[in-house]
Amino acid sequence: MRSPGGKSAIENPKLSINQLNFYYGRFQALRDINMDIAERQVTAFIGPSGCGKSTLLRALNRIYGLYPDQRATGAIMLDGRNILDRDQDLNYLRAKIGMVFQKPTPFPMSVFENIAFGVRLYERLSRMKMQERVEWALRKAALWEEVKDKLHQGGTRLSGGQQQRLCIARAIAVKPEIMLLDEPASALDPLSTLKIEELIAELKTDYTIVIVTHNMQQAARVSDYTAFMYLGSLVEYADTSTLFTNPARKQTEDYITGRYG
Amino acid sequence: MAFSARYLRRRLLNGFNLGVSVLATVFGLFWLGWLMWTLVSRGLRWIGPSLFTQSTPPPAAAGGGIANAIVGSLLITLVGVVVGTPIGILAATWLAEFGRHSRIAAVIRFVNDILLSAPSIVIGVFVYAVVVARFGHFSGWSGGLALAIIMLPVVLRTTEDMLILVPDQLREAAAALGAPQWRVVVTVVYRASLGGILTGVMLGIARISGETAPLLFTALNNQFWSSDMSRPMANLPVMIFQFAMSPYDNWQHLAWAAALLITLAILALSLIARILIRANAFVK
Amino acid sequence: MADSFFRGITRLAALLVLALMAGILLVLLVQAWPAFHRFGWHFFSGTQWDPVTNQFSALASIFGTLVTSLIAIIIAVPVSFGIALFITELAPAWLRRPVSTAIELLAAIPSIIYGMWGLFVFAPVFSEYAQPWITDHIGNWPLVGVLFQGPPMGIGVFTAGLILAIMVIPFISAVMRDVFDLVPTVLKESAYGVGCTTWEVVWNVVLPYTRVGVVGGIMLGLGRALGETMAVTFIIGNSHDISRSLFMAGNTISSTLANEFTEAVGPIYTSSLIALGLILFFITFVVLGLAKLMLLRMGTREGRKS
Repeated sequence: MRSPGGKSAIENPKLSINQLNFYYGRFQALRDINMDIAERQVTAFIGPSGCGKSTLLRALNRIYGLYPDQRATGAIMLDGRNILDRDQDLNYLRAKIGMVFQKPTPFPMSVFENIAFGVRLYERLSRMKMQERVEWALRKAALWEEVKDKLHQGGTRLSGGQQQRLCIARAIAVKPEIMLLDEPASALDPLSTLKIEELIAELKTDYTIVIVTHNMQQAARVSDYTAFMYLGSLVEYADTSTLFTNPARKQTEDYITGRYG
Repeated sequence: MAFSARYLRRRLLNGFNLGVSVLATVFGLFWLGWLMWTLVSRGLRWIGPSLFTQSTPPPAAAGGGIANAIVGSLLITLVGVVVGTPIGILAATWLAEFGRHSRIAAVIRFVNDILLSAPSIVIGVFVYAVVVARFGHFSGWSGGLALAIIMLPVVLRTTEDMLILVPDQLREAAAALGAPQWRVVVTVVYRASLGGILTGVMLGIARISGETAPLLFTALNNQFWSSDMSRPMANLPVMIFQFAMSPYDNWQHLAWAAALLITLAILALSLIARILIRANAFVK
Repeated sequence: MADSFFRGITRLAALLVLALMAGILLVLLVQAWPAFHRFGWHFFSGTQWDPVTNQFSALASIFGTLVTSLIAIIIAVPVSFGIALFITELAPAWLRRPVSTAIELLAAIPSIIYGMWGLFVFAPVFSEYAQPWITDHIGNWPLVGVLFQGPPMGIGVFTAGLILAIMVIPFISAVMRDVFDLVPTVLKESAYGVGCTTWEVVWNVVLPYTRVGVVGGIMLGLGRALGETMAVTFIIGNSHDISRSLFMAGNTISSTLANEFTEAVGPIYTSSLIALGLILFFITFVVLGLAKLMLLRMGTREGRKS
């Protein structure tokens, strides 16, 4: 399976991106992106900074919609619907697609409340059920053992690595189908990074995961498919081992061998 | 090694000017000290239990207190806070969350900053013309309204400053969970800037509780106990003004006692507000 | 839905600020119209203010407003500069915050307290110790001497200006302090690097770099001084005459309003007072607007609390 900047042979894709263009005001940040994203696999976006990999990620849950001057054209199909449609319910969409950011973003509330916040948006749970859900999410995020005694302390008082796993737990608790991770380990120490990477490997049995990373080793370690982007275009997209061992494009080869970027 | 005359002259100028700068600071602090000393030395001895339990006395009578003026001030200020605060916070929310970079938001900020420093007596004239003249009499309500108009820009300004300090990432994180925007603002952004917003409210209260000029034409004053907001109402600032300017000793004593009380209250509010604002997580 | 309702209500609140400003201007204009109509341009140029004959003109009040504010600025600017210099460059770290806070507290004290203190405490001291000396020593100087003549009453235009100065020092020094802090450290370090003294760094690097902001701060202080009411009402002496000496009584727009507004009888008297208010609002609008524009250019907003 190999397709430079085009459709791939992924069967039953979870997300299907067609002719996606993206603009910040007049500046065009993405050009004619076409790609499919495999269900319950990890897909990594790599490329030098400014190549559009985060922009592409932020298009997938339309989080860019918070800013009036940002817009996208084309189509991103999810379960047979184009999520770029005007009448797409954004809140519902975002609940279905979880997102974790570069820097940890705990809300100014307790650990428990941080997780319950998202759950309460769409479900009414009894106290018991809510406690079960919080514990379940924290266990999934491999954080339970560390925080079970401080559930009612402020989320901002955890360490950086713990905060990031709290944010992952918060995203999981809503039971999304897809998880978008925007350089989730770039602000963390090597040990916390390792934990996050192990976590990603476990989560992919349940979720479709898309991760943006500037760290090629990380992409090689955690992902099944890798997309290399450059200057707003998708240069090459293939399964990870192929892309790293036998890239089809000169640009990709230059990048992964460290000749630029 | 000998310093050149030129270098010595430069050093001398430097020393002299820095000395003057220290003196300027002492000059500024000197007035604060003198004012406070005046208030304490003239006001403290008239503060006693009767001050808080009795109403303002007739001229030249013995005793009396300022209970009616304290209650009146609290009521009028309360109206100002209750009306001014929510409007200020909502307007700041629009500026920070929705209209942030729009031209109209820039105009609103500009106008708000002018209102923030606009002469309060003109606000008094405005409320007089709109409310007092229409209903034909002074009232506690109109005083509260004038204070609300003075409060609004203070709250708006501090609240917006605080909301802008909340990182966008926090908003994105909440939105990424599927929270609608109003919920992002109310449960995450407000919560993150709660301390700062409270500070703004406190600074606003500090600002309006000493305001005299706008009350002259609106609440006026009332020598007797009254909690009827639709009538002229006793209040500390106007009472201080009238009593201080009167020729009666007992009235002047009450004016000094009231002046000390109100100043201490306002200074305490301002200090607490400043301490709170530094405790805000997002102020660097 | 909930989102558009929330958006709408916040937008409404924001637009209310504009409506308020427009409303104030409109109401004042309508109410002042009879006076403008009756007295025409003479309202701005005449010095008569006579409730008995119903002849009103604003010049004495405008003059007093401008003169007291000018005195305030002349005194407050160098002092504020000194304070800002002290706080940003000289004070040891532990002293900075207490000193800035103490100076800012000067702004928290209500105007009426300044008035009482000025009338009952400061004016007697001033008239007994300072005023005779000034009249004796400066009163016979050519040109400026005439400003300082007259009986030592303590109250008057000069005292009002001095007390206004104390009241606006916190505003001006806070802005100066904030904009001085905006100067990039590299810039100051490179000046120190060529051997400049602290004063030379401030005078040749910091001040030119922050010039626009400093002027904006001064305008802000001026705007405050122009509209200040109660303190001035206590100590200016409230006379509708324009005298040459600053030691004589005078009045300002705001003190005239405070003294006469509730006692005004007859529509033309009230209308004339409201016309005064409109003039004051207009002057402060222009001054504060300029201040704001200058501070915007400096990339800061005045009075930033920190």
